[in-house]
Parts: sequence; structure tokens; C-alpha cells
Amino acid sequence: MAADLFSTPEHQLFRDTVRKFVEEELAPRAREFDEQGHFDKSLYKKMGALGMLGLKYDPRWGGAGLDWSYTAIMFEEIARGDNAGVTMGISVHTDMATPSLHAFGSDELRTRFLIPAIEGATVSAIAVTEPDAGSDVAAAKTRAVRDGDTWVINGSKMYITNAATADWLCLLAVTDPEAGYGGFSQIIVPTDTPGFSYQLLDKIGNRGSDTGLLFFEDVRVPVANTIGDIGRGFQQQMMQFQDERLVACLSANAGAERLWEVTKKYCEERVVFGKPLSKMQVTQFKFVEMLTQITAARELAYECVRRRLRGEDATMDISMAKLFTGRMTRYVADECIQLHGGFGYMRESAAGRAFVDTRLISIGGGADEVMIQYVARMLGF
Amino acid sequence: MKILVTVKRVPDPETSIKVKPDGTGIVTDNIKWVVNPFDEIGVEEALRIKEKVAGSEVVLVSIGDKVAQEQLRTGLAMGADRAILVLADDLDPLGVARVLAKLVDDEKPDLIIMGKQAIDDDSNAVGQMLAELLGWPQGTFASQIELSDDQKSASVTREVDGGLETLSFPLPGVITADLRLNEPRYASLPGIMKARKKELKEIPVADLGVDVTPRVTITKMEPPPSREAGKIVASVEELVNLLHTEAKVI
Ligand SMILES: Cc1cc2nc3c(=O)[nH]c(=O)nc-3n(C[C@H](O)[C@H](O)[C@H](O)COP(=O)(O)OP(=O)(O)OC[C@H]3O[C@@H](n4cnc5c(N)ncnc54)[C@H](O)[C@@H]3O)c2cc1C
Repeated sequence: MAADLFSTPEHQLFRDTVRKFVEEELAPRAREFDEQGHFDKSLYKKMGALGMLGLKYDPRWGGAGLDWSYTAIMFEEIARGDNAGVTMGISVHTDMATPSLHAFGSDELRTRFLIPAIEGATVSAIAVTEPDAGSDVAAAKTRAVRDGDTWVINGSKMYITNAATADWLCLLAVTDPEAGYGGFSQIIVPTDTPGFSYQLLDKIGNRGSDTGLLFFEDVRVPVANTIGDIGRGFQQQMMQFQDERLVACLSANAGAERLWEVTKKYCEERVVFGKPLSKMQVTQFKFVEMLTQITAARELAYECVRRRLRGEDATMDISMAKLFTGRMTRYVADECIQLHGGFGYMRESAAGRAFVDTRLISIGGGADEVMIQYVARMLGF
Repeated sequence: MKILVTVKRVPDPETSIKVKPDGTGIVTDNIKWVVNPFDEIGVEEALRIKEKVAGSEVVLVSIGDKVAQEQLRTGLAMGADRAILVLADDLDPLGVARVLAKLVDDEKPDLIIMGKQAIDDDSNAVGQMLAELLGWPQGTFASQIELSDDQKSASVTREVDGGLETLSFPLPGVITADLRLNEPRYASLPGIMKARKKELKEIPVADLGVDVTPRVTITKMEPPPSREAGKIVASVEELVNLLHTEAKVI
């Protein structure tokens, strides 16, 4: 597996550590987290103590200062914990809600919010999507009006992961309605601020994570909570999306591989018409076709990681990877549920859960069509 | 205080082991290798002592192939201070004990903690042999270890048939770890990164001048017989009858 990316003994040791953590703390409770509709906040503390929550971040803020290869390892292993919702909750915290703060936040903001986030003492959420603005991010209406040194925020955000768990949000708000793409800012909003409330949403999959609708009614936070420059929020968020999508690909690919393994084992044991399902040629064809797709998706994501390691822009590759991974995981989940038969249709089966969980990849963090639109634009169409 | 802990490279207990067709050993392709779980418990115990007793040093020792570096790195990443790898082909328990005794001469530890056995050969012999060679007291199968405040003596609780036995003895001594002694930590990322700079010294066994000529040779290995399918009986009478005539247990 990509020997060039994971070449040192430290990579292997880190993989062992995450795997043990997943085997002991996450996998045995995967179904319980689904029932609860979220997973335990205390697990963030444990991950923080193991150094898992600030892999790429500067040691100044408690991070490990490592490259993307470690992030790849972490999410490949977490995705084997049998709960896509948990994977999503963790990745929102480490790679979707905090990259802007790390890259653009003031020292004071990073001291107050990034250090505890990396320790696992606090959990973050990313609040971009609105009831009337999803794919078209620039249609967002949540408004922050300046009152001296304070932002007064009104509006709502939709489908927000970690809604109930989060201690603070990285909020994208309109700070100047006249300024178009230059009229947005990223603002940190602690969730205990008066005027903030949320309502949980009932999802078909990813049930181990808490997704909610957020309300802001005259929520007042200091203007000093703005990440980076006022008016640069849209551009910073577009960069932050790149990390989000790459992490989504890495974990979804590993999830598909895991499902493939689980299904193969099932087919080796399940006897139909007198022989194991895996002995039927049509089944073997399916497994090889699936593995080919999984491998292609993984290699494309690794290519994005390599670009990141070389410090190159990876927007085009990441967009294609997100598109490809989304479709691949849907196809693999569909084949695997079929191979499981009736058992696959049960909630307890990994295939049944994957069938609803993986459907998200083609929607969340930018729908397939949005990815295609990006690439078309970059190709000069 | 200085604590010497042994770390053996063994196949992952989750791995399914296959015996080579010629019976000379096991098939080692595609096996994942780990730190012997009892040794890992030993490392954890040493680290806990180090956390309590300021100025302590934890030194790891492995004897085997160069690849055993991986297992020593795991122990260093958990928090041990340095490691020694004695390069040698498979030794028998007495050979291992003699090599360790030689290292003890050089290192002069106050305490040696080892796993009660390695899960590959399950010999459960080296700790006892080493204590004998050194003329040191031993506390085997430890489920609890307490050191006196001056660290001059240890008290070791052992799980024995029907209860617990507690032994006290002066240090230096040899203690072997049982399963319930502790739950080993995992290596944290900062620990993994720090381990990169820690010393890992390699010594060819020939340099130690120890006689490691094997006293034990493995003549043949074979897999345990595969279990036969169960039998469903129609009545209690038939069951009792079969237990008597076939299974011969009653
Ligand atoms: C479980 C879950 C968790 C989420 N977590 C978060 C979160 O933490 N933070 C956050 O901000 N958001 C989050 N989202 C929101 C997610 O990012 C949006 O749902 C997504 O961007 C799509 O937006 P939308 O739902 O408004 O769909 P719409 O924008 O209404 O799009 C509907 C459909 O229209 C099609 N479409 C869109 N644009 C085009 C186009 N240009 N050309 C052709 N067809 C197009 C696509 O098929 C798309 O699926 C989450 C969503 C879900 C379901």
C-alpha cells in the first residue's frame, strides 16, 4: 500500500496506535453510537492525549507538525471502526472546522480555540450550509452586523455535523451584503453564547453523528473572533473545503475496502445451492470489479496526498477524487448489500448501514455536480 | 532506578498460524508481528514505576533478528528510554537467559521485568533461569507489584490456585508479568516522534562471548488435530451410553 507515502517506522507505529484505539474504543460500540445518535465527547480527550487531533498543525498550538500522510493513516484506520457517523464527526473537528483557524486565525484566537481543540477538550463544527444555500454557498444569508467591537449574528445553518456536541462553530456569515464574494467572514461562535440554539435532524444514515439545524438570534460575539481578515471568509472557506474533501475521500475509500473484506468473508461462509457463494464465478467477478474500483479511488486520493506533500495545488485532483469516491462507495455498498441478501437489508449488517451511509459522499461537502462544475471551469469550458 | 525489560517479537495472537508442511516451523509469510503481549505488560509496569520514581531509566532488550527493531521501537514509543538488540538466530530459553545475564553484568539494573512467557513457544522458562543464573530472587506471574519507598525491596502478588500469594524480596530481582498486572498504554504520537531520537544499540551475539549452544532442538511441529463435528443424540439414555462407551468419561 503506497510504500512511498507510508515509508517510515513512525508511520507504522502511528497506524498501530490508531488501530488499537479504534479496536478498543470505537468498533465495539459502533451500534451503540448509532442508537445514541452521537458518540461520546470523552473520546475526543483520549484522541487528544494520543496526539490524533492536530496532526498537521504547528507544534506551537499543540499540533504534531506532520504531513498529510499521517492524516491519511488516521482516517483510513478510523473508517474501519464501523461507524461512518463517528468518522464524519471526528473529521469535521480535525479537518473541516479548524484548518482556517490554524492557517489564518490570530495568535489570540488560536490560543483560545485551537489549543483546546487539539487537546480534545473542546469540539468544533463547521457552519456553512443554510436552508436556502447549499451547493451555492454564496447564496448564504446568515448576517453578522457590526456593533462597535461586536458582531450581532442572525440567521440559520442547516445540516450541521456535531450540532449538539460542538463547543464552538466556524461560522460563515455575510458581513457586507454589497461586496459579493468579498462580503463573507469566518467567525468563531462559542455555542454557549446567548441567542444560539439548535434542533437535531433525523438522518437515514451516518446515525452515529449529531446533525442539526442551527439558529442565531442576536448572537453577540467579539469582532476579534473573526478568523483572518474581514471579507475573506468565502475564499478561506473554499480552501478549507479542499481539506474536507480529501479527508472524506481517504476515509470513504478505506470504509469501502473494509466492507469489501467483510462481504468477502460472508460469501466464503454463506452456502447457496450447495456451495459457498464465493465459489460462484459471478461472485468472483463482482469482487474483482469492486476491488479495481476501490483501488482506483484510493490511488487517486493518494495522488492528491502526494501533491499536498509536494506543496502543490490539488483542487482539480481533489474534485475528481471526491466525485469518483462518491460513486465508487455507492456502487460497492449496492453490490455488497446484494451479496448479503436479506441479511444485508438488516440494520445490523455492515452492508445495510453502508448502503445509507455512503450515499452522503456524493452530496456532503459539495455534490457530485458541483465537483464536475469546478473541474469544467478549471478546464476552461 | 534502572529497569531492564525484555521485548520479544512474536506473531500477532490474532494471526492464524500455519505449520510448514515439513514440520520444521511455522509459515512466516504474511504474518503480522507484534510485541509479546506479556512483555508489553512488562514495559507498561516499568513505565509506571518510572513515573513514580524520579530519575528512573527503562532499558529494553530484544534478542533476535534485525527486524525486532520494530518491536523495540514500539516500546520506545510507549516511553522507554533506550533499547538493546542482540542479533542472534533463534535461541533456546537457556541461551536467552545467558545472554540476558551477560547484559545484566554490563547494565547493572535494579530490577528486571519480563513477560511470564512468550506467546509463540510458551516456554515460560527464561525468567526463572535468569534469576537462577544471577542468583537473584524472583517473583513470577506477578498480578501486582509494589516497591518499598526506598526501592530496596519489592512485594509481588501472584495469582495461584485458590487465591493470591504475596512474596517480598530484596532487589535486585527478576519479576515476570501475568496478564492482569496492568493494561498497557498505546504509543501516543508525541511518544512515537520522540522515539526516533532514542538510542537503539545492536550487538551481535558473538560479541558477548556467551555460550548459546542450543540444549533444546525442535524435532517436529504439527498443527493440533482439527475438531470433529459434534453429534446430536436423541435421548439422555443415548447420551449417557455414548459418554460411557465412546468418550469414556463416565
Ligand atoms: C449528513 C450531512 C452532514 C452535513 N454536514 C455539514 C456541515 O457540517 N456543515 C455544513 O456547512 N454543511 C453540512 N452539510 C450540508 C452539505 O454540504 C449540503 O447538503 C450540500 O452541499 C448540498 O447542498 P444542499 O443540500 O443545499 O443541496 P442543493 O444545493 O439544493 O442541491 C441539490 C442537488 O442539486 C444538484 N446540483 C447542485 N448544484 C448543481 C449544479 N451546479 N449543476 C447541476 N446540478 C446541481 C445536485 O445533485 C444536488 O445534490 C451536511 C449534509 C448532510 C446531509
